[in-house]
This record gives sequence, structure tokens and C-alpha cells, in this order.
Amino acid sequence: MPGAIYAEGLVKTFGDVRALDGVDLDVPEGTVLGLLGPNGAGKTTAVRCLTTLLTPDSGRAFVAGIDVLKHPNEVRRSIGLSGQFAAVDEYLTGRENLQMVGQLYEMRAKEAKIRAGELLERFHLADAADRPSKTYSGGMRRRLDLAAALVVSPPVMFMDEPTTGLDPRNRQGLWEVIQELVAGGTTLLLTTQYLEEADHLAHDICVVDHGRVIARGTADQLKAQTGGERVEVVVHEPAHIAAAGEILAGFGKGEATVDRHTRKLTVPVTGGAKLLAEVIRELDARGIEIDDIGLRRPTLDDVFISLTGHMAEATDTDEEKEATP
Amino acid sequence: MSAVTRTVPAPTPASGIGKSVRDSLVIARRNLIRMSRIPEMILFGLIQPVMFVVLFTYVFGGSIQVGGSLSSQDYREFLMAGIFAQTVTFATAGAGAGIADDMHKGLIDRFRSLPMARGAVLTGRTVADLVQTALTLVVLALVALLIGWRAHENFGKILAGFGLLLLLGYAFSWIGALIGLSVRTPEAATSGGLIWLFPLTFISNAFVDSNNLPTFFRHIAEWNPFSTTVQACRELFGNLPPGFKTPDAWPMQHPVLASVLWSVVILVVFRTLAVRKYRSAAV
Repeated sequence: MPGAIYAEGLVKTFGDVRALDGVDLDVPEGTVLGLLGPNGAGKTTAVRCLTTLLTPDSGRAFVAGIDVLKHPNEVRRSIGLSGQFAAVDEYLTGRENLQMVGQLYEMRAKEAKIRAGELLERFHLADAADRPSKTYSGGMRRRLDLAAALVVSPPVMFMDEPTTGLDPRNRQGLWEVIQELVAGGTTLLLTTQYLEEADHLAHDICVVDHGRVIARGTADQLKAQTGGERVEVVVHEPAHIAAAGEILAGFGKGEATVDRHTRKLTVPVTGGAKLLAEVIRELDARGIEIDDIGLRRPTLDDVFISLTGHMAEATDTDEEKEATP
Repeated sequence: MSAVTRTVPAPTPASGIGKSVRDSLVIARRNLIRMSRIPEMILFGLIQPVMFVVLFTYVFGGSIQVGGSLSSQDYREFLMAGIFAQTVTFATAGAGAGIADDMHKGLIDRFRSLPMARGAVLTGRTVADLVQTALTLVVLALVALLIGWRAHENFGKILAGFGLLLLLGYAFSWIGALIGLSVRTPEAATSGGLIWLFPLTFISNAFVDSNNLPTFFRHIAEWNPFSTTVQACRELFGNLPPGFKTPDAWPMQHPVLASVLWSVVILVVFRTLAVRKYRSAAV
């Protein structure tokens, strides 16, 4: 049985640009899929296709078991969308914004009012509820936007870069909200260019680049794919580099890579902390002074570099450009 | 957590006309609240027509011949229908800028991801603009009365004249909606919403007697949808100057009918185009 979000061979082109070049997705109910990729990779286009905002050139998609292309309005009843920008009316108060969205989700005025009150409370906006949202901070506006997406407690949520531009404290706060949501059974598709965010929130990760899924799996699987752990040593004296290299090669699974400029040596290993202790003892016995040593597990950054050959740059160029015909 | 996952009572399923009306009203209300919180926009909307009244009445008024008359009182009465019509059409720019702003801020995306009636976002906006236009007309009519404008026909006809003006304004706001959906920034929508209105409102009978125009421009002026409403209002308000010769062109001979026809055609064409554009809108 296909998952709560399912896509098969999604293709969307804008002129010469293939923003989506055959994307397949399958998100089991109650799980979080992180769509990870740099700007222009196609993440936003994928979300726009799945949320009925764009019609793909080819492919099929089902959300909450409903065919997105055939019954878009039924899909809209089952989803919540929180985009890259806080899509709230800045001249309306927080309460008015939520009430309006509730009524547009076909709630009666009174129900919409009650629900708005609950959400304002839940998202710590009760004190600011009757102020125009223009006066809100960036973090508050994002929370209001997220609250708007949750008015009908949709079973499936889409969040397009929910924390882009937020400070670390607000980001942490939003992560907590997202984790609570998922604990409550919501299926979530989340796009992000923050590797840490995908690692933290998502059960499964799809790495996208140039409109294609180039890797998928859990964070651990992706890390394992990049290679295991490594020992990293920074020696104090440049003259000790060669000797340290020999020692590391003896413990490692291969040759040590050397960065002379930073006097850093890296070698892939198996054996973890125990091995690390042995390396330290041996270096000490040979009188090699070290500035730093550590056992390093690959991060998703390493995953990205090994997959795409380039960094997942977190520049500020808007991804909306990819969606412009 | 409870508040987030709380089961919400099943939404009342609605469809068809009822849903369209309901959604449109929710959006209209939203836009009216918005407008009430930006009073300077309403103020600027008023200053421009009042300025035109003053300029044309006192600067050009004594030099413009309408019908056989050079009397400034005759011109004042002749002028007002033109100013009223210009005011309702200039509201076009407001609708365009508002919708472009919604696109820009991602609100249109939010609305399009909701189970809403298709045209409701645009209908709600244009209805709110209509309310604002009506208020502007009331204030402008009071200013006109102050400087000596009078309507000489019965109340029903006067009301019908204002009805035609509102219908024209509503039809034009759909042109604005289409422009708003087609441009990239609210600023572009404002200028794009205005530039074509200048030739449209000036190559017309709004400020001058179209009989005095060169032949080429006279034909344009007589068939201009804008002129037909102006001519209809002059008839309904009893504001045609003595000795005025009604042009032979069909819309000028049947201005009320022509005005309704033009407005309905513009409304249907541009509403269809704008709603289609809205459904495929991609920022």
C-alpha cells in the first residue's frame, strides 16, 4: 500500500530547466521525509506539485490516498502547507488570520474562532493575538504561519524550508513543535538545506540535486554509505607530520590524508574509541605533540559532498527562481 | 500537544454557488479590514479626484467650450460625470496592486492550497474594492455639491447613474486583477494598472465635448466604453449643457444600454481570464 505521500516519476520543466526530472517519493503514514538539497535542486517544485499548486508535466502523485491530479480539492482538505515565507496577512491580527483560514477550510465562523484561540495558545501567541501580525517578530510570524497550516489538523503536512532565516532559538522552538506534531501521527514532508535539520527531524531523507533524487535512506544509512568513522589528528610541529602519518596508517584501513596547511591528518578506521586511545598512546610514546585529536563520524555534509561533489551551499538566493517559468 | 491534534468537528461540506459566495465574503471581509487599517490609501484615493475637480473647474473650466456654452457653471456640471467615471476606473490600480502584493507575500499560494471556491480570492478582492469605490464616490459627490455641481433629474435616475458608475468600476477592477496576477511586483501592478487608463480616460468625452475632437480621436472617444458611461451619467443627472449636440455614434445615442453592455462584456471577459490565470498562478 502506498504511503500517505506517494509520487511516481514526477517531471516538471520550466522552459529549458528540468526542475523535476523523474522524482519518486513514498512517505509511510506518520513518518517524516526530509527533502534535502541545495537551492534550485527542485525541492520547492516538488512541494508545489504535491500541494496542487503546480501541475506536473508527467507522473502521478497521491496524498492521503487521493489522486492529486484528479481530485485536487479533496487533497486540499487533507493537507496543511507552510511555505518558505510566512504567508499571513500582515494587516490582520493573528486571530483574524487564523479565523479566516479556518473559514476557508469550510469551518463555521464559531468553530473557526474557537480553533484560532486554541492555536494561538498552543503557539505562544495568545498575548499578541489581537495585534496586526505586521508587529510580530520573524519567529512569531513563522509560528503563526505554521498555526494557519494546522487549523484543521490535517493528516498530511508539507513544510518548505520552515526554519530558513530563523535564529537558533526560534529554530529550536519550531523543531519541538514539529516533533510534537509527528508524535501525534501527522505525516510530514519537510524540505531543508540544513543537513542538521534533516538529521534531527526526518526518519528518511531524500537527497535531491538538479531535479533528481540522488540518494535516499535514513541518516545513518546515508552516513554509512559515505564511509565509516575517521580519526583526525592535528600535530603541533609540521616536522612531525610524516611520523604521525606512519602511525595512523598502521592503525587505519588505508593511507592517511594530510592537509599540510592545517597540519591535519585523517585516516579511516574501525574500532572506535578503543582504537583512538591506542593511537594517542602511540603518538605520546613517540614524542609527537598534538594540538587536537578526535574520532569523527561523517556528517550529512560529508554525505552531500561525496554524492554531488559540491557543498550544499546555504546561500540566500531564493529557490523561488526555479519555479519561475 | 492536545490543541494540535484535537479532532476538529467535521467541516460542513459546501459546494457550488453557496460556497463561492461564502468564500468570497470571507476574503472581502479580510480586504475590508485591511483597507480600514491603511486609511492613508483611502485618503490618497480621494485626493486625486478632488484635485482633478479643482484643476479642471478652476484652471481649464473657463476655456473649455461644451456644447455652445463657455459658462463655467455649465462646464462644472458637464465635468463631474467625467470625474466620477475616472475615479471608479482608477480603482483598477488598487485591485491590481493588492493582488500582486498577495502573490508576492505568498498569500495566493496559501489560498490556492486551501479547499476554496475557484474565483473567491479575486471576487472577494474586487467586491472589497467596490465598497471602497462607493465610499469614495459618496465623498466626491459631496465635494462636487460644495463647489456647485447639481443633478437635475429625479432620484431614481441619479441612483441609476451611480449604479452604472459602480458597474463600470467593478468591471474594470477585473482588468486590474488580471494585471496584478501577471506582473512580478506590486509596484509594477500599480504603474501597469495606471498607464493605459490615461489615454483611455482622456481620449473620451470625460473632460471635453467629443464633438470638438479631430475625426480620428472623435471616433475612438465615441466608442470608448468609458465615454458611454460618462454620457449615460450626464443624461441621467441632467448635466448636458444647453446646445449640446449628441454625437450620431450608436453608443452615444443609447448611452445607458451601451454602458451596461460594455461593462458586462469587460466583466465577463476579464473575469474569465483572471480566474484562469489565478488557477495557474506561479510566483
